[in-house]
Amino acid sequence: MNTSVQETNEPVQMAEEKTARAVGINSPAAPRARVRTLLAIPVAASVALVVHLFVSKNQPAPETYSYSVFLGSILLSGVLAAAGQSFSSHLMRWMRHMGPIIAAAVSLACFWEVITSGLRLLPLPYFPGPAGVLQSLIDDRALLLDSAWNSLKLLLAGYALGVAVALVTGVCIGWFNQARYWGMPLLKVVGPIPATAWIPLAMVLSPSPRFSAIGIIALAVWFPVTMLTASGISNTRASYLDVARTLGAREPYLVLRVAIPAAMPSIFIGLFMGLGAAFLTLVVAETVGVKSGLGWYVAWKQGWAEYGKVYAALVIMAAFFSTIMTLLFKVRDRVLVWQKGVIKW
Amino acid sequence: MSASASEGSSLRVLGVVKEFPSPDNANVRTLALAGVTVSVAAGELVSIVGPSGCGKSTLLRLIAGLDSPNSGELWIGDVPIIAPSAERGLVFQDPNLFPWLTVRRNIQAGLVARGVLQEKRHEVDEFLRLVGLDAFANAFPHHLSGGMSQRVALARALINHPKVLLLDEPLGALDAFTRMRMQDEVLRLWQARRTTMLLVTHDIDEAIYMSDRIVIMTPSPGRIERTISVAQDRPRQRSSPEFLRLRGEILELLHFAGNATRDRSTVSPGVSPDAADGSPGDDRKPPEQADPAMVKQNTQSGAVHSLREALSSRKNSTSLLRHSGLPPG
Repeated sequence: MNTSVQETNEPVQMAEEKTARAVGINSPAAPRARVRTLLAIPVAASVALVVHLFVSKNQPAPETYSYSVFLGSILLSGVLAAAGQSFSSHLMRWMRHMGPIIAAAVSLACFWEVITSGLRLLPLPYFPGPAGVLQSLIDDRALLLDSAWNSLKLLLAGYALGVAVALVTGVCIGWFNQARYWGMPLLKVVGPIPATAWIPLAMVLSPSPRFSAIGIIALAVWFPVTMLTASGISNTRASYLDVARTLGAREPYLVLRVAIPAAMPSIFIGLFMGLGAAFLTLVVAETVGVKSGLGWYVAWKQGWAEYGKVYAALVIMAAFFSTIMTLLFKVRDRVLVWQKGVIKW
Repeated sequence: MSASASEGSSLRVLGVVKEFPSPDNANVRTLALAGVTVSVAAGELVSIVGPSGCGKSTLLRLIAGLDSPNSGELWIGDVPIIAPSAERGLVFQDPNLFPWLTVRRNIQAGLVARGVLQEKRHEVDEFLRLVGLDAFANAFPHHLSGGMSQRVALARALINHPKVLLLDEPLGALDAFTRMRMQDEVLRLWQARRTTMLLVTHDIDEAIYMSDRIVIMTPSPGRIERTISVAQDRPRQRSSPEFLRLRGEILELLHFAGNATRDRSTVSPGVSPDAADGSPGDDRKPPEQADPAMVKQNTQSGAVHSLREALSSRKNSTSLLRHSGLPPG
């Protein structure tokens, strides 16, 4: 009994203890591993910087200067973090986890620079080096930020609309037999059509391209979220419902406080699938209709053969989409905190 | 929560018949309860014992209102049972705690469901203390042991002050020591509240240790074989001569006490005695199409003969009912 109290109240302390043990007083190999972790980023950044300076000797300075600064600041923060980690256990844990990954990313950029700007193995202008991409990113930052902002607005509007409708239809199909009978065939027939296939129809029907993009993103989100919500609701353990009934629960309680919480793990799978579908649809919709956003930016810059800017937009997209994904993971961890220790995924 | 007058209410089950469609053939219907009559006085603790398939859980679900009988009547006091209600709490073998709610929120679920949380919030702490889990109020169910979970389930059912508490093998999944401790715990709760309790169990010792009366059921189809009163004072000694005598008597009724008990004279005519040990005389199997769960324990008794005829004719599913659904005698 006591142990489970501790488990509930002090997972953080336990984790810390475990880390401390892993960092390791008792293992002789630990100090060496620790040094390796500490040195990974500074070494990778130094190598990349030297390679960059060597490669860019014969290139105009303005185009390569920002990348030198970038690598320099990674080197500096790597050294600072290595020095500072003895003061903060949080920083230490973060470094232990992220150090090798960051070092690998820097090395990859270095390798990219060698095969593009260095050895010129890949044809220009399709494959600019990292310095060129970084410079494009800085040069066009205003337009890129604006595009990202427009994409965000479109994405959130479409995603929110799709999720809202899908939760209602999913709960109805999962709970009510009538809704299931009529809704399921519709879902099964209409759902699998890729949302982007509706673009021609949407452009005819809607008053503005922005409007049609929101509708198409919502449609893309709607299918997986409805499907998984409905299946989660209809798979609610019958005994939970029986218990609730004998506690005096009526239908609203059964749906809202038993079936929906029980379906939450399944609903979140739908939300993740829906988010992936929303990203895809967003970029396609922006490419064909809407005159703003990251998808539009990529298509437009490609038209001008400014591939540095195309890659810059891809970098922004990666950061942008993965941030949203991470946020959804955080929401899930908060909502499904009761699953901790039961299910890992 | 003072020891007060009984919160409980009397319970009457009158000639209840329940049949289910067979899982593999919808035209064949299995008789789960063949005319069961039980009455439980207010504040009484009655156990139902019997082997698997004797319909004890079915009976409990009918009393809870989760299923409705094919015929017969069920009454709480002078109110007929037609639907589930908070006045008939039900605790299953699996605690069935809502895993997304903390212990506290699980216990108050009944108050929320009835929309009376505001007035009765103070009772949540009372019940947390009653089952000794105040330190775990904010833990999620997956942190609890089996015994603790079952105590939460008991508190969750009791917070509605049910007139009848139905316990469906609530301690069946616990280890022997926890189970004995929990038996005392349930008795303590019962003595404190004097709720009418109906306890389904297949642990004969548990039934003798806890109840005022023991209803012995036999399967195929489910019916009541005998009701035995336990007159001993509580707390009962599990090894007292009287305890062991009762134990022997019940085992004999259920035909677990060896060959001597196959003497039909102890069994009232027309009742199908359960032979879970499968006697060598049981080679006269009924037709293949009959539901195996229902007829596997066939005997030579008249009721089962007519049941078998009904099954083999299979023209009309209700004929099954007409032949074998009659109460014994």
